[in-house]
Amino acid sequence: MSERFVTLIVNNQRYELRVGNRPEDVRPSHTLAHTLRETLGLTGTKVGCDKGECGACTVLLEGKPVLSCLTLTVECDGKNITTIEGLEDPQSGKLDPVQQSFLESGAFQCGFCTPGMIMSVKALLNQKPLPTEEEIKEALSGHYCRCISHYHVLEAVTKTLPGSESR
Amino acid sequence: MEKASRFIGKEIPRKDAGDIVRGKARFIGDLKLPGMLHAKVLRSPYSHALIKKIDTIRAKKLAGVKAVLTYEEAPNWRAGLPVHLGVLSRKVLYSGDAVALVAAESEEIAEEALELIDVEYEPLQAVYDTEEAMEPGAPQLYDQFPGNQFPLACPWMGPNSLQEIVMGDVEKGFAASDIVVEGTCTYDNIPNPLPLEPPGVIVYWEGPEDLTVWSSAQSPYFLKITLHYAMGRINVRSIAAQCGGSFGTKVLLWQLAFYAAALARVARRPVKLCYTKQEHFAAYTLRLGSRFKGKVGIKKDGSVMAVSGDWFINTGYCSDAAQGMVAVGCGELQLVVRCPNWHVKPRLVCTNRNASKMVRGYGGQELEAAFIPVLSIALEKAGIDPFEFFKKNYVKPGDGYYWRDGNWWVCRGLDYTKAMEKGAEVFGWKEKWKGWLKPSAVNGTIRTGIGVGVHGNADVGEDVSEAYVRLDPDATVVIYSCVSEHGTGQRSSLCKMAAEILNLPIERVSLAPPDSLVNPYEFGPVGSRGTYAIGSAVIRAAEDAKQKLLEKAAPLLNAVPEELETEDGSIFVKGQKDKKVPWKAAMGFDRTCMGYGYFEPDFSVPNFMMIFVEVEVDTETGKIDLRRVVAATDVGRVIDSQSLKNQLHGCLGAAGLDSATFEETVLDKKLGRILNPNMIDYKWRTFMELPDFATVILETPIETHLFKSVGVGEIVTSPAPPAVLMAVSNAIGKRLMDYPLTPDKILKALGKLGEKQSEVNT
Repeated sequence: MSERFVTLIVNNQRYELRVGNRPEDVRPSHTLAHTLRETLGLTGTKVGCDKGECGACTVLLEGKPVLSCLTLTVECDGKNITTIEGLEDPQSGKLDPVQQSFLESGAFQCGFCTPGMIMSVKALLNQKPLPTEEEIKEALSGHYCRCISHYHVLEAVTKTLPGSESR
Repeated sequence: MEKASRFIGKEIPRKDAGDIVRGKARFIGDLKLPGMLHAKVLRSPYSHALIKKIDTIRAKKLAGVKAVLTYEEAPNWRAGLPVHLGVLSRKVLYSGDAVALVAAESEEIAEEALELIDVEYEPLQAVYDTEEAMEPGAPQLYDQFPGNQFPLACPWMGPNSLQEIVMGDVEKGFAASDIVVEGTCTYDNIPNPLPLEPPGVIVYWEGPEDLTVWSSAQSPYFLKITLHYAMGRINVRSIAAQCGGSFGTKVLLWQLAFYAAALARVARRPVKLCYTKQEHFAAYTLRLGSRFKGKVGIKKDGSVMAVSGDWFINTGYCSDAAQGMVAVGCGELQLVVRCPNWHVKPRLVCTNRNASKMVRGYGGQELEAAFIPVLSIALEKAGIDPFEFFKKNYVKPGDGYYWRDGNWWVCRGLDYTKAMEKGAEVFGWKEKWKGWLKPSAVNGTIRTGIGVGVHGNADVGEDVSEAYVRLDPDATVVIYSCVSEHGTGQRSSLCKMAAEILNLPIERVSLAPPDSLVNPYEFGPVGSRGTYAIGSAVIRAAEDAKQKLLEKAAPLLNAVPEELETEDGSIFVKGQKDKKVPWKAAMGFDRTCMGYGYFEPDFSVPNFMMIFVEVEVDTETGKIDLRRVVAATDVGRVIDSQSLKNQLHGCLGAAGLDSATFEETVLDKKLGRILNPNMIDYKWRTFMELPDFATVILETPIETHLFKSVGVGEIVTSPAPPAVLMAVSNAIGKRLMDYPLTPDKILKALGKLGEKQSEVNT
């Protein structure tokens, strides 16, 4: 029986992962969240509920936000995935403007929901560079933040919008 | 402090901000040890049963399984208050109670093994309601607690811990009252604090008596102490990862540590146990159930003359801290309502449901949420504005109260009248208040109502803190204070305090990791005590280190220490900046300079929070929309405004405000099972439903420590539930006495849903 592989391009890096039942393999049942965290060591993607209810595990799949706990790794063959680790400039370590704005606005308390929220904001701004406040709220409505950092998050997102200095 | 500050009150990103936004902050789920096993817990489907037979042979044979434990093989570690809990028991006490434990090479294998354990149960009759559990003939959970009532002593709060509110003569008080009312209010929807990160531990036995625990603890040192006593005086090293939210629930992680440590002892390998969200919902921590049944007497001018009654508290199947919450709750009610005559008797009752444990609000929220609506009946009869009532009756400097230690304390804090009035002004209370049970506006089927609540806590000065501050010759500083970061920014705020005193760039000040092996005793950042209690220890340690440094520098500068100052790593004579030496010269390149600081409990400075809310109620559907919240407080001095405002916003959710309306753990009272253990059926507020939220934060110096500051993060939650209940009652013109205010109860109150109106005393 020939071996099967799944190819993931995560943060511009290519990974060929064997599909099988050995401990180091990707099992057909593995979620993308599991593979990112446990196989690739990219623990910046958080798992809150593991059932698609809290938004914490959001990553970008071909630029679109997906819940990585509801996405099977074997479905992502050949796909581009961006995680929170992939947002900063790989050479300089300079933060993405959304990360920088979250940092400056103190848009978190415990910080567990933060990576997922930042990914959703990235996806929103990629698609719509100047969203309204309602659109920002809508894009974040699937993200659970128990500490209630919502108000600082909205401030952080608003500050990253073009022309926000003059608003 | 009159001097302009360099860091205190300044907006500086938190020390861990870069890690958080990069996804580099390390939570317990992100940690792995070589050879680590994964644990899973088999849980009971019955809410009360005896295990007749349990067979683990098939599970033990499964490849990859390294340990399986039942009550027959589990170690004899004991916990609970008073001690009544083991690792596992033959008798299961709630649907979700642990029956067997498995450790395996992977989570999948451990889960598979659970299915291979055969258990035969003998179901027993169960009881879920507090008062029913107290009746003769009710099913008994523990032989040693007849009537299912726990004793109320809380030894860690002292030998005379507060167990009731009794003072004066209530009969005389009622006789002297103009209005006496009776009523019952229930706050028993057991909301789940539900931090996003479920609780987790990794344990490893370094030796037969030496256990290391990595965890999501809110209070790592306190966990060490708890486990030390519970596990037969073993040595415990407790290390906290970044904590993904706690709200009190991750202070007492002993149960997870018990399970993992029992398995690790058998397997002789590190064991990781992180609960699933479902376990987090159905087998972890809920808020206390609370019912107040009693009598209040007031004068027409709003003076409270007497309060008497029973406070029924449902703690679920066990108690590991509820007595502490009862004690603090009894203290906190006295801060809200000044009254000379009291007779309030708490009854702490166990029932066959998942446990209520330590949660933000800590007793006071539960008692006040149930008491204020009863008091409100009297205010309604007297036509007294509740804002004016709270303003008059909130504890003032010179007033006394019995605190949790059973001692009489006299308030030496602030008069918060100014903050209350400012809050009312920002909210527009005077313009909007139309009287009891009167909406402030009506627009078709939508009625608007307003409400107000107040809360305070003298626990801001609770318990002991210790800290070291180490100065290094290269002018860097390390603070040793066993504080984990659970979202309040406390670790960064402590760095700000030390940097302010040592007058160094903040980048040069860091905090040692939250590890009990390297840090001195620290109770932990709970009950808003971080600013005053932990802060005092760090301030003293920094001042002590600075003093020692200046003493070393004095001979080099031909001066006495009092004439010296330090800035950015140089020591100089005040007013002569050119006459200076670097730290390295003062202490030598091969020395460090260590300061020590401590804090002893002080219950004389209550903090304060007032919450104003405006709601809209749709009288056709019963739906409630929260439109506006104003949180008003006085913190003495702001340390970090972002963290402060973030915490004030945290009054939404199960922390308090939304427990009044929709945050509810639904218990099936036939089977004892939780019906909504997931984040779809359990409702939570999203970004789409955010109310307009204003904060009023005054800074009147308060006599705490150098920075004249007091914490308020924990307490913001507590005034909210009765404020919302008041607002909804006013909107619909019907008095409501039973949380949560779900649409069916609103429609029943309005007479639009059948005849049954039992929850409503109109």
